[in-house]
Parts: sequence; structure tokens; C-alpha cells
Amino acid sequence: MATYTEYPPKGYRLRMSTYWWLGRWPYLKFILREISSVFVAWFVIETLLQINALIGGPGAYTDFQSFLANPLVIALNIVSLFFVIFHAVTWFNLAPKAMAVRMGGKRVPNALISGPNYAAWVVVSAAIAWLLLRG
Amino acid sequence: MAEQIALEVTRFSPERDKTPTVQSFDVPLRKEWVVLDALNYVKDKVDGSLSFRWSCRMGVCGSCGMMVNGEPKLTCATFLSDYAPGPVRVEPLKNFPVMRDLIVEISDFIGKLTKVKPWLVRKKEKPVSEGEYLQTPEELDAYRQFSMCINCLLCYAACPVYGLDPLFAGPAALALAQRYNMDSRDEGKSERLDILSQHDGIWGCTFVGECTEVCPKHVDPAGAIQQYKLTATQEWVKSFIMPRGAK
Repeated sequence: MATYTEYPPKGYRLRMSTYWWLGRWPYLKFILREISSVFVAWFVIETLLQINALIGGPGAYTDFQSFLANPLVIALNIVSLFFVIFHAVTWFNLAPKAMAVRMGGKRVPNALISGPNYAAWVVVSAAIAWLLLRG
Repeated sequence: MAEQIALEVTRFSPERDKTPTVQSFDVPLRKEWVVLDALNYVKDKVDGSLSFRWSCRMGVCGSCGMMVNGEPKLTCATFLSDYAPGPVRVEPLKNFPVMRDLIVEISDFIGKLTKVKPWLVRKKEKPVSEGEYLQTPEELDAYRQFSMCINCLLCYAACPVYGLDPLFAGPAALALAQRYNMDSRDEGKSERLDILSQHDGIWGCTFVGECTEVCPKHVDPAGAIQQYKLTATQEWVKSFIMPRGAK
């Protein structure tokens, strides 16, 4: 006689491939966004090294500059810049999802949340560019 | 003879097969036909043993979710003609155990859904004689989007976190928890906080965002989870400032 089983047999379960993120652009974009944190960390380390060289005096700073002039370091920094910009843009675009601000019973449009983020980014970048490039 | 399109369907019989196989059927390519119509054509005219779930045919019941050419879709809302000249690949929803052909086992989700208390929690129920719990249109608007969920589980099929870690509560359960959290009539926020702020709750989410993209009802589970991360963090900070009675 067939008996009722509360939990049916487990069925066939397909294991997810290690390369699940390769086939679809949204998944790949997500992985690139996560990896970008490594390059953000590299810029932080580079800045710390620069401050250390600054404290070390003119000799140490010249050494640091010649380290920066190495083609490999230039290549790494170009790649890092790309990833840091990617990190910033994706972060600003995701901000409105996490912040559901309501005003007057209506949800504030996404552009009003990400817009000020972009504006602050431009202002801070412009201020730093002015500091460095004014001669 | 009318134009045809090839439908490549996953077949699996737990009694017979070790692994799923693919069977191809030629079905009429009609302008007004959705993938579900093609599956029903196969079941009615070609092979009655083909098994799949469906009910309303109008995007309300949430039973007919399957992978169509690798994307989680409601098959009742996915037109065959969009895939012409074919073939159209129809597979069971990803990330769930397959029971037979296109049918997946979803009791894992049902268990998780129950855990987050998706109902109005009241400290003290008011007697029916005192009438309804009233709500303004603005209060309704605060959670309305999240209440549109039809439990079709397309979001679970799109979520790599759930695929890699089946303990993760998952998009729909978390969005529905948030639906009740945002409801002005609910008093269960603190009970849900303990459940949702566990590792397998909101913090399991890495914000891939695909759950929101595939949702046929525009529920935005990814948004609900990120918003709740913000709330949970605020509550955590509050519990430091006011160790007693923060909730």
C-alpha cells in the first residue's frame, strides 16, 4: 500500500558551475564590481606609500617617482583607475535602491538620490585637480 | 502546413533517469502563442506524460515559472514569436531540485517564507466588532510594491547567492518580510528583525540585483533587502546607544 510521505524524494539537483558568472553579462558585471575593491585597496596602499616617501625626504620621494614611472606600475594604475571609476559609478547608481526616501507621500525619484552623489564626486575631483594642477 | 518552431524541453523521470535529458518537439509557431501554450500543445497532442505546473495563464498565480533560453520567465507571458526561428529551450527553474520534467521542489522556499512571519503581527488583536484596521492611501503606498509578489520564484532562479548557498533566505521571502515591516497595521518589526538580521537573512545578499531584473511584478526584492540592511544597521547602532528598550 502506498503511504503518504510528508517530504517527497529530494529530486535531481544540479550543482552550480564554478564559472557561473562567465555566461551572463549582469553576473560578470557583478563579479567585476566585487573585484574592483582590490584595485581600490591598491590605490589606498599607493597613497600610503607616497605619504611614507614624502616623510622620508627628497631622496625617498625621487625613488618613489621612479617607481611610479615603471611601465608595469603605469599599466597597473591605468587598470586600477578604470576599476575605481567603475566602482564609483556602480555604487552611485545602486544608492537609490538602498535609500527609499519618501516626501509628501511619494517616493523621491532615483535621479534625486544619485544626482547629489555624482555632483559631490565632480566637485571633490575638481577641487583636487585644481590643487594639483594650479602650477 | 503552418510554420513550426522547435521546443527543446528538459525531461526527467525520477524512476527511470539518473540525470535529466532533452527532448525536442516541433510545435506550431502562432503569433498569439506563449511558451505555455506550446507546452500544453505537446501535452495534449504529442506526449501526455510531459509534466509542468501551470494554472491561471495570466501572470497572477505564479505557477508556470521556468527557464526559457536560460532566463527565468513566466511561460504564460513569454511569446514564442520572440524566439523565432528557434529553437526554444525550456528547462525547470534553476537552483531548485527537479522532481519530474519541468517541475521543481519548492518546499525549501515555503519553509523560509513561513519563518519571516509574512502576516500582520498584532500585540493584541482587536475584536471584530471594533471594525477594520484602517490605513491611508499613503500608508498603503509604502508597501504596495512589495505586496505584488506572486511567489513565482523567478528571483530565486536568478539569484547566484541562493544557488551557491541554499541556506540563504532568498529574495522573495525577504521582500515579503519587508512588505509587512512597512505596513502601518503591523507590530511585528522587532520579531522579524531577529530572524532577518541573521547571516542567512539580509546579510547573505551581495546585491547582484538580478532578482529585481527578472521579477514579472516589479517587486524589486534587491531594493527591499538593501533598504532593510539600512534599517537593521540603524537598529544595531540604537542597541549600542540604548541597550535597553531599543526595539
